[in-house]
Amino acid sequence: MTTATDLGAHPANRQGVTSRRFLSRLEPYFYASPAIVLLVTVMMVPLVVGLTYTVRDIRILNPFSGGYVGFAHFEAVWHDQNFHNALFNTFWWTVTSLFFQFFLGLTLALLLNRTFPGRRIIQSLVFLPWAVPAFLSGLNWAWMFNPVISPLPHWLFALGILSEPTNILSDPDLAMWGPIVANIWFGIPFFAITLLAALQSIPGEIYEAASIDGASRRQQFVSITLPFLAPTIAITLMLRTIWIANFADLIIVMTNGGPADSTQIVSSYIFTQAFRRLDFGYASAIAAVLLVLLLAYAVSIIFIRRSLLRET
Amino acid sequence: MVDWSVHYGLLACFLFFALFPLFWLFKVAVTPTNLLYSEGIRMWPSETTWANFAQVMTDTDFPQFFINSAIVSGATALISTLIAAAAGYSFSRFQYRGKAIIIVLMLITQMFPLVMLIAPIFRILTPLGLTDSLLGLVVVYTAFNVPFATFLMQSFFDGIPKDLEEAAMIDGNTRFGALVKIIFPLTLPGIAATLGFVFTAAWSELLFALMLVSSPDAVTFPVGLLTFISKFSVDFGQMMAAGFLALIPAAIFFFLIQRYLVQGLTAGAVKG
Repeated sequence: MTTATDLGAHPANRQGVTSRRFLSRLEPYFYASPAIVLLVTVMMVPLVVGLTYTVRDIRILNPFSGGYVGFAHFEAVWHDQNFHNALFNTFWWTVTSLFFQFFLGLTLALLLNRTFPGRRIIQSLVFLPWAVPAFLSGLNWAWMFNPVISPLPHWLFALGILSEPTNILSDPDLAMWGPIVANIWFGIPFFAITLLAALQSIPGEIYEAASIDGASRRQQFVSITLPFLAPTIAITLMLRTIWIANFADLIIVMTNGGPADSTQIVSSYIFTQAFRRLDFGYASAIAAVLLVLLLAYAVSIIFIRRSLLRET
Repeated sequence: MVDWSVHYGLLACFLFFALFPLFWLFKVAVTPTNLLYSEGIRMWPSETTWANFAQVMTDTDFPQFFINSAIVSGATALISTLIAAAAGYSFSRFQYRGKAIIIVLMLITQMFPLVMLIAPIFRILTPLGLTDSLLGLVVVYTAFNVPFATFLMQSFFDGIPKDLEEAAMIDGNTRFGALVKIIFPLTLPGIAATLGFVFTAAWSELLFALMLVSSPDAVTFPVGLLTFISKFSVDFGQMMAAGFLALIPAAIFFFLIQRYLVQGLTAGAVKG
């Protein structure tokens, strides 16, 4: 360890100063280098390789495949009705899951942002679904939607939500609600945790000052709480939208895209093309289209967020 | 502000929604196989059994899968957090050439449909001898988790005043010395939070584990659960028992870190 006296004992010559300056300029790269090396080798290189698949005929088990096909895959994607259907379903799946995850997560965070007896234990319990692997929760929810063994469809019937106590996973009109409900169950804790953290970082004095000035609870929520939460909301909504759009586990486990493709989203369709039809070229082309759509979405969110921040 | 009865009423609804599926998982696991379908809809079986749990632990490779998952998740959490802490510190404390590009690349990695990376990653890992090994899974999971973990760690470092390590450096410490002695203890809650996020992500990952490993020495428990399905008769009781057992370590880990998690996020102030 270098101490102040050590420095005094070794008067720095010009060369020493230069090399120390050089080293201190390298220091930030030194800290970031493991992350960079890992990302480049394990994510960037495979991504570029994957992008080259989009213009090649890559069919596993077909020894004659491998040739350059130009934009044929993209042309096929453009005309692929199944893809259009999956794109529509992705939109519906993402928006609905996100809407409920966010509003229920926000409600839960607001409920937990008060001190009350039993808060600690309740907080631990309501966050538990987040610790359950998505695959396992998919199996369990599929099991719970079965009217022969589970009361859930009968409860939904009793509440008037279902006209008959049937398995919604086998009804093309309703099947998407199965994975969506499982996804909401799984995803509420993410928003609850991050929003609760943001709520706790709002200084209490601001509320005290506002209530002295006669602001109602509702006014305080609108003019203090929401603006403070806005940056966290923007970043978490953006990341979650991307993650949910790409999240095929629950759908593959619960419905496998069916019945009649009614729950097929783009990422489960990519999975089907890659692993059932073993057509990696076509799967990669669809994945590239999805990547571009998500990038466009992220860029627009970043711009909206930036302009919102400028206003406040 | 809502009234206390409404407050507790709403919390009760959330508790029911969160816990009922977990109760159901457990109920199926303790139901004797012959009663599973024959009793129809019951909230609790007329007889309960621990046989499913016992069979999972003795007749299957599940104990091994369980250990494999623990090793992979633990190693991934530790390594990812270390790498992310270093990168997050770099982003938080320095301005330098190329930083913006690195951050943008990290954001882009969040947008990959990961399915798309399976074939290329498989091709890269095969010549390195990293397929069908726990080490290969750790490498891949670490790469997946580092971007989000880095952003999280950066927000924690941003919350700690720069003066602290500058003061320590004036006292004669190197920057690294100041980082270890002054900053590290302050970021412990943030580190716990990041460990938790990464551990649970690695614990539940299925797709890459399914593609990259096949021998029992390297299979993780989500892949192990799939083997119950591929048998001719699907034994839901055993599958749920295995699933419930596999949930326990994740839940314990989650309980341990969740207190720090909220404190940590508050201290680090995820303000975007």
